[in-house]
Amino acid sequence: MNSQMKMSRRTLIRSMALGGGGMMLGFYMPGVSAAVVAPKPWTTPTDGTEINAWLTIDAEGTVTIRVPHTEQGQGALTSVSMMIAEELDVPWDKVQAVFADMNRHVKNDNEYIATTTNGSRLVRQQHPHIMQAGASARERLKAAAAKDWGISPTEVVAKQGVLSAGANSANYAEFAAAAAELSLAEEPAIKTPDQWWLLGNPTPRLDVDVKVNGSAHYSIDTRLDGMVYAAVSCCPVPWGRIKSYDFDAVKDRKGVITVVEFKALEGKTSTTDMQNGVAVVADSWYRAKTALDLMPIEWDFGPNHKVSNESQATEASRLFKVAGDVSNEEGTDAIGKIDAAENSLTADYHRPYETHARMEPINATVSVTDERIDVWSPAQNQVSPMHVVAGHLGRDTKDIYMHTTFLGGAFGGNGGGSTAVTRQAAEISNKLRRPVKVIWTREEDVTHDKQRPPVHIRLNASIGDKGLPDALFSRAVWFTHEGVESHGPATADVAISNMPYAIPNRRHERHNVAAHIPTATHRGPGVNQNGFIIEQFADEMALAGDWDPLEWRLEMTKGQEPWQRVLLKLKEVAGFTTDLPKGEGMGIAILEDHGSICGTCATVSVNQRGQLTIEKLVQVMNSGYMINPLNGSEQMEGAACWELSHALSGGLDLREGCFMNTNFNTYNLMRMPQMPEVEVHFALSQDGWWGGMGEPAGPPSPPAVANAIYFATGKRIRSTPILKHDLSWT
Amino acid sequence: MAFSLSVNNKTYEVDVEAETPLLWVLRDSIGLTGTKFGCGIAQCGVCTVHVDGKPVRACSTPVSSVVGHEVTTIEGLSENNEHPVQQAWIENTVPQCGYCQSGQIMSAVALLANNDSPSDSQIDSAMAGNLCRCGTYLRVRKAIHRAAELTKKSEA
Repeated sequence: MNSQMKMSRRTLIRSMALGGGGMMLGFYMPGVSAAVVAPKPWTTPTDGTEINAWLTIDAEGTVTIRVPHTEQGQGALTSVSMMIAEELDVPWDKVQAVFADMNRHVKNDNEYIATTTNGSRLVRQQHPHIMQAGASARERLKAAAAKDWGISPTEVVAKQGVLSAGANSANYAEFAAAAAELSLAEEPAIKTPDQWWLLGNPTPRLDVDVKVNGSAHYSIDTRLDGMVYAAVSCCPVPWGRIKSYDFDAVKDRKGVITVVEFKALEGKTSTTDMQNGVAVVADSWYRAKTALDLMPIEWDFGPNHKVSNESQATEASRLFKVAGDVSNEEGTDAIGKIDAAENSLTADYHRPYETHARMEPINATVSVTDERIDVWSPAQNQVSPMHVVAGHLGRDTKDIYMHTTFLGGAFGGNGGGSTAVTRQAAEISNKLRRPVKVIWTREEDVTHDKQRPPVHIRLNASIGDKGLPDALFSRAVWFTHEGVESHGPATADVAISNMPYAIPNRRHERHNVAAHIPTATHRGPGVNQNGFIIEQFADEMALAGDWDPLEWRLEMTKGQEPWQRVLLKLKEVAGFTTDLPKGEGMGIAILEDHGSICGTCATVSVNQRGQLTIEKLVQVMNSGYMINPLNGSEQMEGAACWELSHALSGGLDLREGCFMNTNFNTYNLMRMPQMPEVEVHFALSQDGWWGGMGEPAGPPSPPAVANAIYFATGKRIRSTPILKHDLSWT
Repeated sequence: MAFSLSVNNKTYEVDVEAETPLLWVLRDSIGLTGTKFGCGIAQCGVCTVHVDGKPVRACSTPVSSVVGHEVTTIEGLSENNEHPVQQAWIENTVPQCGYCQSGQIMSAVALLANNDSPSDSQIDSAMAGNLCRCGTYLRVRKAIHRAAELTKKSEA
């Protein structure tokens, strides 16, 4: 027994994070430079036997699972490990997780199949191949034991790390080497949910211990021998240019090494491209940042310096009167029916730009040598920075070594959008031939984040028989970067154009307007902003027909089992009523996002002066299946906080082509005193479809709160931030 | 300028400008990276450390001001996660991305040092300076109550 094996599991996992695996290489160990240039830095922390790319088993039966997805708080390390342990059938306390080697993945023709963590899709879409890796390893172990024991593999039972058949019994470890050599005539099918023993149970995440003592390493924590630091400033108005800068004014400051100018390539304005800007390089980040702050820079803001929230609102008002692209149409002549109706309603809604502001400011560390390039970057898909750096420096992707770390949040903002900083670090390191760490200040991070696009939507509806809507028309105007949207033009009015409500005649139009502000996905793309709009307008339509909002939704989703299941559960547990004294209110909202349906009931109180308190949220989730209800609840609470943060007090202030509120003193986000009690329920269909978990619980929270505010005050809040509205009542 | 600092009961000699924020001295000069950078203007709390047991924002604390005082960072809290606040955090599976949690924990430890059984509203006001984008606030609050219990048990 080697010394590591004597440790408790808790210590083991910690030692994984501190001592081994690709993610740790080169942080603070002595002789780090030598380690960085080692040809194969990614050795497992234990000397286990690799059965397949996903796992090793060591002599003591410890299973090390290599997770190809990033861990940004959504539980990927734990989810992937659970799915493999479920199939392999090993005791959960013998499992540890490490980040998989992305260089191997690229060299072996995408060995791990999928490496990104986004779109709430890890479990719902990737469980088949991940579970397959565990099932395959289990069957190989059985086959290896059967061969040795001279029996058929079907006679061998694999359970909790032990292989047995009659009088024969062995730990998995004994047959790990033989299993690795075997090939199966046929790969096994993965388990069905009724066969699960681990999945479905509340399971604490594997990365808690390292996140309570400062030892969890993030990209920003990278430290290398000989490393220099860079602080960066790009034109505050995106795609503007540098007129001049005066490095001489700061070059003699202590520790300052050099200045590097970045140039946006002509015609290149994708969100992964570099902006025009300048970096000061020094022997510490604080010295670099101080020198940058003091260095005179003159900008040419370019043609976009007059763009503002107001100019976009004016453009939206104009476009409300112009026909747009049709996103979806059902029935006939929705517009004509609304025009002719006796009982009709119309409303304009708006959501502004929002930024990701994940707590870890955008950063990257790159070390370029002739032989290889080492990269640390908090990208949601760790393969992206490899391609970005290879392309930028004209190098072979196979010579690029990605060191996966924990991500200090990501929320859709660390997709392609985070790669500009990696280009900057690569360019500086290539020039200086030294490891360089680039950190953006919070102000730079907010200014040059790829923002959530703003949207303006006009809705019209007519109320027909039984007080139910018979026609609906919506026209959305949203402002995306260059009019090109990586998550699809339909995102402009998603949740509206594909609403579940049985309104017989519907027409949905959109204007996808080009703007200079780079935009990208943001936790719950599209649904996050449009949910606030359609789920309030649903209440407006219900009330115009004298319906109770919850009963209206039940009526309007009749025959749609996944929706009915959520609404009926909400009715059972939330105690929703519109009969409350003035100043108190409850509100309902239900939305589909990433394949899951989540319903929320909010209870609020608003005093006569207009002070809002969100007392409670009751959330009901239908994600089809659920592999870890503990992590599921954590994601649901967190998603509600995320969306309410923006809806209550967020909103970027775009003026003169750039954002004015770029730090937490002016861009306000939810803090503990505002966080309501959250009660989570699951109502799972379990009939063959899988939904996501990281995002869908966010979008229903703001409309549920706004609907509750309406019942408390009589005021309909059709734009955010909610707290900028006067909520007082008499 | 050379400064002699006491951090987690160890003495470090650092050569930096007097106005350098303690945060960058901890992270870049000394190598204690558990204390994080979030905003640089004392608004988010991810850089919270203790100076003589009191919580301060390291990003806005000049290094010269802590000479002669004892600095404690997340790394100095315990050897092996034994501190009751760390134990309570583990029991309640508080962290998600984890980036803000060093600051959350240091604020919580300072709160409990002055108030061994804080109410919800006392917790809210003590923790209002610590942002969390993952939205772990409910679990932070619960863990602080639990840490108060654990502290009392260990003292009993």
